[in-house]
Amino acid sequence: MAEKLLEVKNLCVSFKTRKGIVRAVNNLSFSINHGEVLGIVGESGSGKSVSMSAVMGLIKDENAEITGEVFFNGEDLLKKSDEELRAIRGKDIAMVFQDPMTALTPVYTIGWHIREQLQLHSDISDKAARERAIELLEEVGIPDPAKRVDQYPHEFSGGMRQRAIIAMALSLNPKLLIADEPTTALDVTIQAQILDLLERLRKTYNSSIIIITHDMGVVSELSSEVLVMYAGRMVERSTKSSLFANPQHPYTKGLMNSVPRVDRARTSRLETISGQPASLLNLPSGCAFRTRCPSAHVACTEQPAFISDSNGYGAACFLLTQGARS
Amino acid sequence: MSDEILKVTNVSRVYETSGGGFGRKNKVSALDGVSFNLVQGETLGVVGESGCGKSTLGRIISRLDTPTSGEIIYKGNDIAKKSLAAMRPLRKEIQFIFQDPYASLNPRRQIGAIVEEPMRIHGVSKDERRARAQELLEKVGLDKNSYEKYPHEFSGGQRQRVVIARALTLKPELIIADEPVSALDVSIQAQVLNLFKELQDEMNLTYIFVAHDLGVVRHISDRIAVMYLGKIVEMGSVEEIYNNPQHPYTKALLSANPRIDQSAKSTRQILTGDIPSPLNRPSGCSFHTRCPIAVPECSTREPELRRVGAVDVACNLVL
Repeated sequence: MAEKLLEVKNLCVSFKTRKGIVRAVNNLSFSINHGEVLGIVGESGSGKSVSMSAVMGLIKDENAEITGEVFFNGEDLLKKSDEELRAIRGKDIAMVFQDPMTALTPVYTIGWHIREQLQLHSDISDKAARERAIELLEEVGIPDPAKRVDQYPHEFSGGMRQRAIIAMALSLNPKLLIADEPTTALDVTIQAQILDLLERLRKTYNSSIIIITHDMGVVSELSSEVLVMYAGRMVERSTKSSLFANPQHPYTKGLMNSVPRVDRARTSRLETISGQPASLLNLPSGCAFRTRCPSAHVACTEQPAFISDSNGYGAACFLLTQGARS
Repeated sequence: MSDEILKVTNVSRVYETSGGGFGRKNKVSALDGVSFNLVQGETLGVVGESGCGKSTLGRIISRLDTPTSGEIIYKGNDIAKKSLAAMRPLRKEIQFIFQDPYASLNPRRQIGAIVEEPMRIHGVSKDERRARAQELLEKVGLDKNSYEKYPHEFSGGQRQRVVIARALTLKPELIIADEPVSALDVSIQAQVLNLFKELQDEMNLTYIFVAHDLGVVRHISDRIAVMYLGKIVEMGSVEEIYNNPQHPYTKALLSANPRIDQSAKSTRQILTGDIPSPLNRPSGCSFHTRCPIAVPECSTREPELRRVGAVDVACNLVL
């Protein structure tokens, strides 16, 4: 069995607010091996981004409480000091954010951004860092990199900025790349280019990738495994093929049916999930999805356990245990 | 045709920007010779990427903006050059729905007042306004007591329902919706799309539905116009466009869309390069810089939109 690169155990993140405690992430456990791509899907407020920020040690809010364990290469990241984390972030774990317009400093050149990352983590001369920056830009498909390296972010289009950010993230050959909605701000044809680039880079460097998205199509393009979140909890985890062929959790089923599909003739109505996503301030007791679930019954007022097989694939729903019983 | 509601002929919009230096002006051709017609009760989906002119088209037809040239015949009258005052009575019939339901509602006013506003402007009596607002709020699936609430008490999907209710108050005939579901979560998006369809069936509404999401557009539209850099490059029925696209850009756009069903992946085609800036449009066919089948002729000869089989397509190479 492949060695685990990242293992998250019972991660909980909550924030104290004036209106009460917001439980953004509840008992999240998962792991990822070398060279794997894990997709995390969910709607707004499902906790997908917050959980990754917690893993990266990026939640600095004094009202936040983070518990659980995050093992990266066998070491617990949550126990590390800021300084120790800084040595890991950027080098071993890199992150690509959604908005390429705000992730770069407008007053510095693209080359400066990449050089800074390189020089922070390794002893490399200005000249060598510049050379490496040009190489990286070329690798992510920026035309004329020797000229582009001295340009400023505003001279780049959205797709090119996202490529530059990916070049930055890859500059130190990270073991894990966390991409939070990396293509959401981009046009479809540019999105296809970026997804293709991520896939190519994964093959070249054997990096693991965690991709956070709300788009089932993006997950399906890239990931081998998928984790579905709802209201701060993991409701289903599965391989991509079995998730799409045979979703277990009613939320996953509802989510997939409500996507209008490009590759299917239209029907008169889309199937929908009724109601609104649960408010984290005021979660229903038990299963958070029960107020919207078509198969909810009395037992659902208790929190269902996550029923999984030996690979950790499964779902958190009473329907699964009932199925086993009958 | 008798039930033709809108006929757009050769509409262009050129914006002038400063920045040429020494007082010179750059010209951006946001819309370039767009023509189409629309029959009562149908939905035209307009798709394309950033800068293709799809939002400009919506704004021009609803006369939130004035075309530089061309005709917009709405029910027999050319509204392209009408003054703001002359447009006013027509605003009842042509309504607009924007993308962001957070920005479209005044946070300091109650939902009831927001929904009643168009009727107030058009001189509907107070009692009638209230009754109609309540009826519409119910129709779009909101609670009766929403009337006295404020926008912040609603989620994005509910706010978009309020926006839709407001657009319906004056019994419009044509609704132009610019990315009305793209700010919403998937499960909510499906609810709002269903609402659009129900309302259309019930009130015989005509929609121009502008969106970048090809799945959404396929679901809602009868006909599709695909735009690239200010021009319609292909137009036809939804079945023809999705099952048998002719223009290389339409093909690329459809194949670039991430699919849930991965079995079709082998045929995937990825365009190289970025979308050119409308400030600096390529000569000839503006798609030739990214087109996988371009020949030298494409950089000099600009293709016309012409009928090929069942669709209209603007490509020199499609026979």
